[in-house]
Amino acid sequence: MMRYASDGRPLPTPTDTSRPFFEGAREKRLVLQRCPRDGFFFYPRSHCPSCLGVDWQWETVSGRGSVHAFTVDRVGHDPALASQVPFAVAIVELDEGPRMSANIVGCEVDAVSVGMRVEAAFEDVDDITLVRFRPCGD
Amino acid sequence: MGKRAAAIAGFVEWTPQRVWPKPTFALEAAAQLAAEVLADAEIAKDEVDSFLIGGLPESPMFAPSALAEYLGLRSNFSEVVDLGGATAVGMVWRAAAAIEVGACETALILCPSLPPPPPPDIGNSMGKLQMPAYLGGDAWGSPQGQFELPAGLAAATPSFAMVASRYMDRFGLREETLAKIAVQERHNAQANPQAIFQGKPISIEDVMSSRRVADPLKLLEIVMPCWGGGALVVTTRERAERAPHRPVFVSGFGEHLTHKSLTYAPDLLESPIRLAADRAFAMAGVERSAIDMASMYDCYTITVLLTIEDAGFCKKGEGGAFVEEHDLRFDGGDWPLNTHGGQLGMGQAGIAGGLSHVTEAVRQIQGRAGEHQLAKVDLAYANGTGGMLAEQSALILEGA
Repeated sequence: MMRYASDGRPLPTPTDTSRPFFEGAREKRLVLQRCPRDGFFFYPRSHCPSCLGVDWQWETVSGRGSVHAFTVDRVGHDPALASQVPFAVAIVELDEGPRMSANIVGCEVDAVSVGMRVEAAFEDVDDITLVRFRPCGD
Repeated sequence: MGKRAAAIAGFVEWTPQRVWPKPTFALEAAAQLAAEVLADAEIAKDEVDSFLIGGLPESPMFAPSALAEYLGLRSNFSEVVDLGGATAVGMVWRAAAAIEVGACETALILCPSLPPPPPPDIGNSMGKLQMPAYLGGDAWGSPQGQFELPAGLAAATPSFAMVASRYMDRFGLREETLAKIAVQERHNAQANPQAIFQGKPISIEDVMSSRRVADPLKLLEIVMPCWGGGALVVTTRERAERAPHRPVFVSGFGEHLTHKSLTYAPDLLESPIRLAADRAFAMAGVERSAIDMASMYDCYTITVLLTIEDAGFCKKGEGGAFVEEHDLRFDGGDWPLNTHGGQLGMGQAGIAGGLSHVTEAVRQIQGRAGEHQLAKVDLAYANGTGGMLAEQSALILEGA
């Protein structure tokens, strides 16, 4: 079951495994797991998806990356977000390697492009912090 | 499977409709499909000793036994296949493989997709229904529910739109080229009396000016969800040869998947289609150039373009040029594609939509395609794409 913010947006519900990610976001830090053999991975998992090892550590990363792909949702494929359209959704490739999906904020939706440099932007919503990305210079 | 030991002997396909006149439980629809497909193949119910389904809402657990009980089947091989749009293709090769190794002899592939009767109002005891747009991703503990849905990455269209955005950036694909796929499939639908868009041809301009849904995809590049259903009978070569229609061998198959959310695809532009198709062609021992018709899963125009490339009909990055250079129409086209109109022209009736690509290949090979029959079809490529360009199954079908 999804839960929703007071403004109607869908919100994540952390698990014990993913909670450090959301706690980092609350402190405006992007934290990812790093496997000593295979490097960073995302999303948070109990086991490294490359070697199934469990000796990973949480590390703060730069929060910078590039738009790998994006779309502008014009209709609200999640009815809970229909009032927010148009909004930009992107797959961001972090400089550390992993990809994550997030909204692109801080610019017009029509200004988003593949390859655009972005940085993490943290938005507190009720009891959780959402990680979004905004354009940055480099 | 190079032995051609299993063959499709018959099919039934219900005409997709936006509004189905009579709400029907999946058990009831499966029973009707079974009766109709067995009649088509002139195979007796008592000969059926296996079946495959895509789930059963009336019995989410123990689905195979519930269906066997309802239909009165004695089954030696029963399976629920959960591959989204690739489900039907996945069912066909599972049935053929089971027959070839001797696990069973005659399998029903049942894809009912009808609206169930609404439950009586008994308050909230049924629990809150999940939002269909989440495709189950809102389950507790689901990574998708924590990392994709809060970004608005719901349903399927935004993910395929992102693939199109990256493809356009990398290879310079024009939106008009994608539009041509929709236009020519819609042309083919005009000769299919079962197509939901029969009588409604469209132009490139129509596609380009249709509503922007998720950039760069526009409304006429996206399938129309419908109700419907379809079924096949897969049996031994020997039994198929005694049936009234030309047997259609399952000569090769392949399947591949790596991810659920597009975010974690190993490569957005190198879809799992490649490995599934390579395996299917190698198993069948046939070249791409020998294929008479392609029946490619087409939830979106971009899906078709990627499938043409990744199934090996042209090089990566040249799909746009391929679509521009070839005529995909059934009547005189040099590279007939989705001669039934595809799902873009026929409508998408749940997993029966994926089955329609197999059924059309069978129909063409058996010479039963009526108005949209091609002159000669002995060898067809059919495939299914599930989820967010995630699940992928491919078939080489060959007339006896």
